[in-house]
Amino acid sequence: MSPNAAARRPPLLLLVPALVVGAGLAVPLVYLVVRAFSAEWSAVQALIFRPYTATLLLNTLKLTAGVLATTTLIALPLAWLIVRSDLRHKKLLSILAVMPLAVPGYVMAYALIGLSGYYGFLNHFFGLTVPRLQGWAGATVALSLYTFPYVFLNLRAALLGLDPALEETARSLGRSQRATFFAVTLPHLVPALLSGWLVIGLYVLGDFGVVALMRYEVFSFAIYNQYAGAFDRFYAAWLSLMLMALTLGFLVAEGLALRGRRFSRVGTGVARRASLVPLGRWRPLAHAFLALVFAASLGLPLMVILFWFGFGAVEVDWALLRATALRTAGAALPGAVLAALLALPLVVLTVRYPSRTSWAIERLAYFGYAVPPLAFALAMVFFALGLAPFLYQTLPLLVASYALSFVALAMGPVRSALLQMGGRVEEAARVLGRGPASAFASVTLPLLSRSLVAGGMLVFILIVKELPITFLLAPTGYTTLSMNVFARTSEGMLLEAAPYALVTILFSSLFVGLILRYEGGRS
Amino acid sequence: MKRALLSGLAGLAILAPTGAAFSQELTVYSGRGESFVAPVIEMFENETGIDVEVRYGGTAELAALLQEEGANSPADVFWAQDGGALGATQDLFAEIPASVSEDQPDRYKSAEGRWIGTSARARVLAYSPERAPEDTLPESVKDLTAEEWSDRVGWAPTNGSFQAFVTAMRVHEGEEAAKEWVDGMVANNAKTYRNNVALVQAIADGEIDVALTNNYYLGRFKGRDSSFPVEQTFFAEGDIGNLINVAGVGILETSDSKEEAQRFAEFLLTPAVQQYFTSAGNEYPVIAGVIPNATLASVSTVETASPEVPLDELSDLEGTLELLRSANLL
Repeated sequence: MSPNAAARRPPLLLLVPALVVGAGLAVPLVYLVVRAFSAEWSAVQALIFRPYTATLLLNTLKLTAGVLATTTLIALPLAWLIVRSDLRHKKLLSILAVMPLAVPGYVMAYALIGLSGYYGFLNHFFGLTVPRLQGWAGATVALSLYTFPYVFLNLRAALLGLDPALEETARSLGRSQRATFFAVTLPHLVPALLSGWLVIGLYVLGDFGVVALMRYEVFSFAIYNQYAGAFDRFYAAWLSLMLMALTLGFLVAEGLALRGRRFSRVGTGVARRASLVPLGRWRPLAHAFLALVFAASLGLPLMVILFWFGFGAVEVDWALLRATALRTAGAALPGAVLAALLALPLVVLTVRYPSRTSWAIERLAYFGYAVPPLAFALAMVFFALGLAPFLYQTLPLLVASYALSFVALAMGPVRSALLQMGGRVEEAARVLGRGPASAFASVTLPLLSRSLVAGGMLVFILIVKELPITFLLAPTGYTTLSMNVFARTSEGMLLEAAPYALVTILFSSLFVGLILRYEGGRS
Repeated sequence: MKRALLSGLAGLAILAPTGAAFSQELTVYSGRGESFVAPVIEMFENETGIDVEVRYGGTAELAALLQEEGANSPADVFWAQDGGALGATQDLFAEIPASVSEDQPDRYKSAEGRWIGTSARARVLAYSPERAPEDTLPESVKDLTAEEWSDRVGWAPTNGSFQAFVTAMRVHEGEEAAKEWVDGMVANNAKTYRNNVALVQAIADGEIDVALTNNYYLGRFKGRDSSFPVEQTFFAEGDIGNLINVAGVGILETSDSKEEAQRFAEFLLTPAVQQYFTSAGNEYPVIAGVIPNATLASVSTVETASPEVPLDELSDLEGTLELLRSANLL
């Protein structure tokens, strides 16, 4: 923060893109509200105030609770083992623990569904026709198996940053290793756990591929049903509003849970790394745990997909597959670049020119990310049809919707890079006679580029996997990998879905690897 | 280097959206599944040189989307799963010249000439011979609300053909009876599935014993695997559960490619395509002179099994959706 930051007017070059982002997010959402309230109030009441809504709410909360519990049970031991134990090959283990992020939800659900049934993997090899995993259990397992890396990454960072003096003090006062963990270590992991939980909670609210395939009646599933089975516009709009209210509830709850806690170090000296805990006779158990986690989260989807490949000689239409992959990249790449380009002025504005406006726009960007994509896409459909028909079902609208929905994600890395840098370097350039824009471009931007690229790549992965926005807004005939996997899976054509599922995973894995390299400097 | 990479990416971002402008000539909204429609579209493109783009979705979804889009709709043709949805959308359709459908029986097209049937199908009961032998199957679809079928029946409330069948039940048996039946099925724990494919698969997977579906889905499974453990049959003659319906097309009034759209409609009624619907799709032709599919019950069997319900009377899709919604199925 440069000393004279306050009371400076931000340049238009920063303000205009920020306002565009703000408007782009606010207008469709406002339009959704207008749409919802234009319905007959009596009809709305009949739709909303009925037991079914309570069922949806309860199921949504049950699913969230289930996924949070399961991901924590996976990620907490995993993070502890990888950071604090004396296991070897930690770099590889870290990569493996993040990789499940590359598996799209509908692919994970498809893998679990493909295990059972008459044509299933288990029946084919073991003669077992097990009942299909579905409903709450199915959705919980599928969602947990690919979202746990969010918690893992947070916990890993927190464990790495923990001052070992805290634990040593507890040990020297006579506490056992285990008691120390529960009395000292765990409470210090709470903020990391909460922010991981928030990301996953928002994800669960917005997910639609998994719940649709697992047939679990939560809000997003009901919205999809309204859209695909009936397209009752008012009801879909109201369901979206309810889901958005729930989203706000999650955001507020996380804020409240973190209020009034202090976790920073007090005192002088430099934080050290904690010494590694020898596993001793627990080693086989640790290995078994790791094997189980990786087999379920990475092995299972790959195995099931390859099994389908080997099952009947499926004619893979390579030309179509390539065209689909290119279309996917053709929408995801500009979307990711646009998100990164919009993130830059937003971050600079909020860090260097803090004001009520910039704060509001930043919050709006985070809210835009938190709004379930299905609701966001529906808002965009209504908005485009009502106010901008020339944009309806066009690629630019799809790309802009991607960028607006994910801009908050691209802001994270850029923001931390800018804060770490401070304003001194740029001021030095100014003293040497450079103008403000030139100083920023020649000094600050090169230092930010790495984080911009990392943020952009993160957005790219998510767009490749993204389903609802693509599904509702893609131009007619513009089918992407995710649409293909979902459509074929829901038509029960698991064989035909396999190549698309595999390419989707390969696509995302490639980028997860790249991101780890880009962010590798800070382990 | 990094800056070069960044500016390269930025350049791409600006170029990408413009590079993907389509040279679209005909846009079809299809409530029918891609696996079935894509080969027909390909035939049409090869034969006429007209580019076709298809938007796939649920029949009801697309019907409502067309209403929502109104004059801004990019669609030229609506290819729907059932006559009811076509009836519900026909205020948006242009008239199709009588010459196009002169070879068709009146039963398969709208009285107002705004849509034409392209293939006929019947509702059937698919069952597991193992767990629900044929002699134990009910006489009427209405018997499925009985105790003995508790937890054993599957249905697909979001499916267009199912919704048309419910509409027919409302017309044929009255609102009360239809509501009673739907509620009875819910009380009997009928299991909801996404679509007909999932229903047939679920019988094979042992999740349910019988399912309400269309006649042509089983053939797809049997074609791949003749030992597939599912069979299908009709209810007693004249039962509403055996309803004949059609898939069909309408041409949008707002279309700016009406000529191509009409060619498409004509193409769907050519003997070659009708033969494909019959032989490969296991449906019934809507023109004479097509060789019947040996694996299906004959057209005359189906016509006697089905009650007389004019398809034009099935256009109250909205009322059916309300009924299903009140039962928490949507």
